[in-house]
Amino acid sequence: MSDFTFSVILSNLLWATRWTILLSLIAFVSGGLVGLAILFARVSKNRALRLLTSFYIEFFQGTPLLMQLFLFFFGVALFGVEVSPWAAAWLALTFWTSAFLSEIWRGCVEAIPRGQWEASGSLALNYIEQMRYVILPQALRIAIAPTVGFSVQIIKGTALASIIGFVELTKAGTMLNNATFRPFLVYSLVALIYFCLCFPLSWYSKRLEGRLNVAR
Amino acid sequence: MSLVSIRDVRKSFGELEVLKGVSLEVARGDVVAIIGRSGSGKSTLLRCINGLETFHSGSITVDGMEVGGGKTDLRTLRRHVGMVFQQFNLFPHLTAAQNVMLAPTVVTKAQKGEARHIAETLLAKVGLAGKFDAYPSQLSGGQQQRVAIARALAMRPAVLLCDEITSALDPELVSEVLRVVEQLAAEGMTLILVTHEMRFAREVGTKLIFMHQGRVHEQGPPKTLFAAPNTPELAQFVGSLH
Repeated sequence: MSDFTFSVILSNLLWATRWTILLSLIAFVSGGLVGLAILFARVSKNRALRLLTSFYIEFFQGTPLLMQLFLFFFGVALFGVEVSPWAAAWLALTFWTSAFLSEIWRGCVEAIPRGQWEASGSLALNYIEQMRYVILPQALRIAIAPTVGFSVQIIKGTALASIIGFVELTKAGTMLNNATFRPFLVYSLVALIYFCLCFPLSWYSKRLEGRLNVAR
Repeated sequence: MSLVSIRDVRKSFGELEVLKGVSLEVARGDVVAIIGRSGSGKSTLLRCINGLETFHSGSITVDGMEVGGGKTDLRTLRRHVGMVFQQFNLFPHLTAAQNVMLAPTVVTKAQKGEARHIAETLLAKVGLAGKFDAYPSQLSGGQQQRVAIARALAMRPAVLLCDEITSALDPELVSEVLRVVEQLAAEGMTLILVTHEMRFAREVGTKLIFMHQGRVHEQGPPKTLFAAPNTPELAQFVGSLH
C-alpha cells in the first residue's frame, strides 16, 4: 500500500487526463466538422436530405452514448474489422457530437430572419454561398455560447470510453482503485479533475451568453 | 418586345387563391406602379417575378428567360432581376460597402478593386459616399434602404423590383429614398414598384396597375387613371386615400 502515495495516485491520474483532453478535442473537432455537413443537409430545401439527417440526429440523440460505443467497438468487429478502443471511442464520440452540435446550430441558423435568406437569394447567391457569407457568420455569434457549453458534455462523455478499455481519466481511476482500494480518495480526485476541466468551460459559456444579451 | 411578360399567373396559399390569373406586360424603361389594398396580391406577384414565390399556372418571362417550372436557372434569372424589400434586409454583419460588394465578388467573381469601384460608384449614386465603412446599425432607415438599392444595382439588373420600400420608414425619410428611385427612373431603369405613395406613382410612373382581389382590375397611364378611374373599386381606393 505504501507504494501508492497520494502524489503517485495524483500524478498517475493527471497523466491519464491528457487522453481525456485529447479524446475530447478530437471528438469536438471531427464532430464539429461532421456536424457542419449535417447542418447543411438539415436546413437545405431537399426533402430527402432533411429526412435522412433528421433520422441520423434522432438515432444518435435517442440512444445512449454507451450503446453507440459498444456498437462501434463490438459491432464493427463482427465484420472482421479489428477496432481499437481508440478508434471506436473516436468514431462514436464523433457521430454523437455531430448529432448534438448540428441540432444546436440548426436552432441558431433558424433564428436568422427569413429576410436574410430572401435578400441573399435575390442577389443570385446559391445555397452554399448564402450559408457561407450571410447566414453562418450571423448564426456563429449566437452559436458560440451553447457550443462551448456542449463541449462540457463531450468531456464527460469521454468517461464512457473507459468501459471499452480506453485508458483515460476514469479508466485510470478504476485501475488505481483496484490497486489501492481507496475508492473515495481516487474517485474524489477523478471528479475534481473533471470539474477543473469542465468548470472553466461552462463559466466561459455563461459569460459569453451574458455578453450577447448585453449586445442586444 | 416586353422585358417582363406575365401571362395568366395563378397562385394559391392553401385554399386561398391570391393570384387569379394575372397578366401584365412591362417594356424596357417602364416604371410600373402596382397599387391596391393589402391582400390584393401585389407583393406576391412581385415575388413571383424573381422566384421568391412559386406559382401554380401561367407563365412569367424576364428578358426571354422563363421563370418557374423547375427548369429555371434561378441564379441566372436573379442576376437580371434586382429586388429591394420593405424591411431593407441588409446584412448586419457587413458594412454598407461589403453589402454592395457581396454579389459582385461571390457571384460574378469580380476582382477586389473592381468590386470596390462598383461599391464606391453606387454608394455615391444613392448619396452615401461617406458611409462606405458604416454598418447598417449605424445608419438611419432611409440610409439603409438606399444602401439596399445600391446593393440591388450591383449586379446591373435589367429590372428592379421594389416591394413597398418606403412603408417601414419614418415619414421624413421617405423622400430621400423616393428621390433615388426617381433618379433611376430618369436614367431609364425598368422598375416595378408595389407602393402606397400615390403621388410618386402619378408623377414618376409610366404605367399604373390597380390590383383587386387577385386580379389586375384596371391599368393604364397613371395620370389618366387617377383623374378618371374607370371602375368604382379604383375610384373608391383612390378616394379613400384623400
